[in-house]
Amino acid sequence: MIKDEEKPLIRQDDRSRSGGMQHHLAAHAREIPPSGIRRFFDLVSASKDKDIITLGVGEPDFVTPWRVRDAAVYSLEKGKTQYTPNAGMPELREAIGQYLSNQFHLTYDPAKEMIVTVGGSEGIDLALRALIEPGDEILVPEPCYISYSPITTLSGGVAVGIETFAEDQFKLTAESLKAAITPKSKVLVLCYPSNPTGAIMTYEEMLPIAKIVEENDLIVISDEIYAELTFKGNHSSFASLPGMKDRTILVSGFSKAFAMTGWRMGYACGHPDLISAMLKIHQYTIMCAPTMGQVAALEALTKGGLEEKDRMMESYNQRRRLVVQGFREMGLECHEPQGAFYAFPSVKSTGMTSEQFAERLLLEAKVAAVPGHVFGKGGEGFLRCCYATSVSQLTEALERIDSFLRSLE
Amino acid sequence: MNEFKLSILDLLKEDARLSAATIATMLGAEEADVSSAIAEMERDHVIVKYATVINWSKVDDEKVTALIEVECTPERGRGFENIAERIYLYPEVKSVYLMSGAYDLLVEIEGKNLKEVASFVSNKLSTIESVIATKSFFILKKYKQDGIIFEEFEDDHRLLVSP
Repeated sequence: MIKDEEKPLIRQDDRSRSGGMQHHLAAHAREIPPSGIRRFFDLVSASKDKDIITLGVGEPDFVTPWRVRDAAVYSLEKGKTQYTPNAGMPELREAIGQYLSNQFHLTYDPAKEMIVTVGGSEGIDLALRALIEPGDEILVPEPCYISYSPITTLSGGVAVGIETFAEDQFKLTAESLKAAITPKSKVLVLCYPSNPTGAIMTYEEMLPIAKIVEENDLIVISDEIYAELTFKGNHSSFASLPGMKDRTILVSGFSKAFAMTGWRMGYACGHPDLISAMLKIHQYTIMCAPTMGQVAALEALTKGGLEEKDRMMESYNQRRRLVVQGFREMGLECHEPQGAFYAFPSVKSTGMTSEQFAERLLLEAKVAAVPGHVFGKGGEGFLRCCYATSVSQLTEALERIDSFLRSLE
Repeated sequence: MNEFKLSILDLLKEDARLSAATIATMLGAEEADVSSAIAEMERDHVIVKYATVINWSKVDDEKVTALIEVECTPERGRGFENIAERIYLYPEVKSVYLMSGAYDLLVEIEGKNLKEVASFVSNKLSTIESVIATKSFFILKKYKQDGIIFEEFEDDHRLLVSP
């Protein structure tokens, strides 16, 4: 009779089931940490409680305007199911160019300076992959969207976080940027209006940043996905600063402004040489963005979406005021978010870490919000609360948070 | 109508229960200004009533609603005003519109059952002197009313937490 330990096939099988593939994985895939949000996400998902109000999700509560959806349905009915050109449908690129010109006074040649991508995320990935060589340093003001650092690692670069502070309304300062620059610095990633802080940077505030960028020969990836959601003044694109157009890859998309998150429609604009390099990577990996999504995006920009977009913006702005005032009235410090759809109140006064606070808030008050530390340096002690949800839900959430805070006293 | 008042109306149209304080916060205005604007609009009958949109098909006590096309002879000098008034004063009548096209008035009637509505049309409406003809259409199902879709959409399918 063969003893168990002498049955090699069984043992091998067990080993692969218990994660024996690890040694096959590339170091960069093995070593990037799982998203800091993951543990909290699992905790929320595990709770079957239907009564949870979530302020944790970073997407509009509106559905894509019907006329936009209808345009995609109609295109399918007509059988528009083939590939489009790699860089995207020419008429969509024309429309994006026109839109950027009307909204942000930017001028891009749709034929050479623009590429339609699968969400803004692909645009950032393409830009980083086109720019980074092993060891290059990518400067990222934090707290920020959680993907910049891992994508940098996957591209072979090194992400260098630059802490921003509530006292500065989470804006990047010229001094901190200057202090972070080394001979290996190559790219600066900007995201204003900011996820998760709601901070914006005005034209004047960006001027000294542009000066340093120029002096140090940096390239800027400017993630302006929340540009339309600017509530104080008008959004100024980093690319619109003197001398910055050729140094900037502008990345944006349709997810936030047009409530089109699931469509995964984005675009990147920049210097023809850089766009051409990004296009090579795009055509070998993605081929082209989905055709029906491009048709929908075209409708959003030209006919069916613009008015709806303005209506949604006004609604976000109203809810923003409600939430910020709510936090302040319950005694939580909250800088005024001037863009995106997030409030970023401080929970430091409770003496808890943001993770402890978020976890107890979820379990005891049934409100889900994302602990700030997952967004990097400077995020600890804060809570990201997305206010893109109904007024009745927001009011209820604020009441619950208030009761929770009082229960701590 | 100024923009401030229009914004207030937009919010109240969505949720009539919003307090003046909440509306003031949402619009970045003073509560007193919101209260006085609301009071002014109530006084001017811009805001006529705060009502609840009810999906009666969810309630056991179902009601029957019919739309009646009414063809009638207008009166010299007063047109359709008198006839419309005679019709809208009945409590069974929920709405009356003067229409362009093949008929003159569109009347919405609500009753406990089919028989009650039919009897109202034959006994009250058709017997009004200037009424020439009526055509009744019973509403079988309401999909959307006052901009509100009655179909039950499933709950929010967004992730609970996302980057």
